[in-house]
Amino acid sequence: MQKETKDILFGPIHLKNPITLQVLGICSALAVTTQLEPALVMSAALTFVLVGSNVTVSLLRNKIPGSIRVITQLAIIASLVILADQIMKAFLFDVSKQLSVFVGLIITNCIVMGRAEAFAMANPPMKSALDGLGNSLGYSAILIIVGFFRELLGSGKLLGHVVMPTVNNGGWYNPNGLMVLSPGAFFIIGLIIWAQRSYSGELQEDEN
Amino acid sequence: MEFSNRYIVGFALALCLVCSLAVSTTAVALKDRQAANALLDMQTQICRVSGMIAADAKPSAEEAAQMFSTIKVLKFSPDTGEVLGEMPFDPKAIIKASKDAATSHPASTDAASRARVSKIPKELMILKITDPENPCYVFLIWGNGLWSTMYGYIALEPDLKTVKGITFYEQGETAGLGGEIVNPNWVAQWPGKKVFDDSGKVILDVTKFGQVKDSSYQVDGISGATITSVAVGATVQAWFADEAYGKFLKKEGE
Repeated sequence: MQKETKDILFGPIHLKNPITLQVLGICSALAVTTQLEPALVMSAALTFVLVGSNVTVSLLRNKIPGSIRVITQLAIIASLVILADQIMKAFLFDVSKQLSVFVGLIITNCIVMGRAEAFAMANPPMKSALDGLGNSLGYSAILIIVGFFRELLGSGKLLGHVVMPTVNNGGWYNPNGLMVLSPGAFFIIGLIIWAQRSYSGELQEDEN
Repeated sequence: MEFSNRYIVGFALALCLVCSLAVSTTAVALKDRQAANALLDMQTQICRVSGMIAADAKPSAEEAAQMFSTIKVLKFSPDTGEVLGEMPFDPKAIIKASKDAATSHPASTDAASRARVSKIPKELMILKITDPENPCYVFLIWGNGLWSTMYGYIALEPDLKTVKGITFYEQGETAGLGGEIVNPNWVAQWPGKKVFDDSGKVILDVTKFGQVKDSSYQVDGISGATITSVAVGATVQAWFADEAYGKFLKKEGE
């Protein structure tokens, strides 16, 4: 049990990472990572939705008729996303303005539906909660790494604080414009995947 | 597991009921708080653009309401060029009026078509700042950039010929490129720019990055965001045309 719990919780951070291995949830990973702060808030919102949907789906798993199970999962996920969006608008207004539509788009984040269908439908609530948390951690880890580099290299800041004063503001750092555009995130995610696969041999595909 | 049709329909109905209850309860419970946030955000921006508070100041809701209570909200008719008295502060109503043919006129200027402003409301809102240290006028403007409609306010000095500041409270331009229209450093170029030339034509404009010829009325665009920058220029020109705020500027300006 101990090992299994550990696997469910920490597996998705590295060897079963939803972004770098399953390549899910890429859209938001590109869109909200130009700065670190929205990346952090997005991670928190996704954690809330993913854990909530996994637990709810798991609790209902023996009651959900197979013929309408996907739309049932979607209804649960959509309700949770609206809750997260409403709560953010009430308590974190500035950040919710920055994230704009991307909170709503958690509904279409494949990680959430993927975990509901693949894991929560077949496992008890406690395990599903851990699985949701683990996958959120894996997603968050990538978002935070990408957000860190994009904000630092793209605008010379971290969480809005100037780290490297840019030329525009009379400093010395000439910001890399590519980093604030979506391709910048692709390059960083690509580099992460490369580093990850070189580090752990078991992820490498056999050469033909 | 096999379920009867009756069970499936019942399950679906129950699920819908529970989900809708959860969503609507939250929405209703948090509505006041959200509206207060949005209002405070807008009031803060108006106070900033008019110079009543520093550009990075964050007033509390009470402070903002206090400052805002000194502002006169004028109702202006672009057709007659007359001020029709005062009105409640409700920018959403003005924007909504621009979407209805009954409460608006089609926009005809070239700038309006470039900013894709298709209709001008028959009644516009002008904010008169009465703060003795910062007398000025603030105008609600909007236009389309690359992706989104950019909603903002532009403040003019009491002579109604010189820009005091500009701010955008809602926009969805590319973060880091077009989104830089809210960057204080870019916005800082605007104060002091001339709105009209000697013949009364609107000349205030935003150029492509690095193409400014006369900085008395041209604002330098953002590198990598030419479409957004130029659209901001067109937006300002569209709203200062005679069919929008133009008659007010010429009549009330000294």
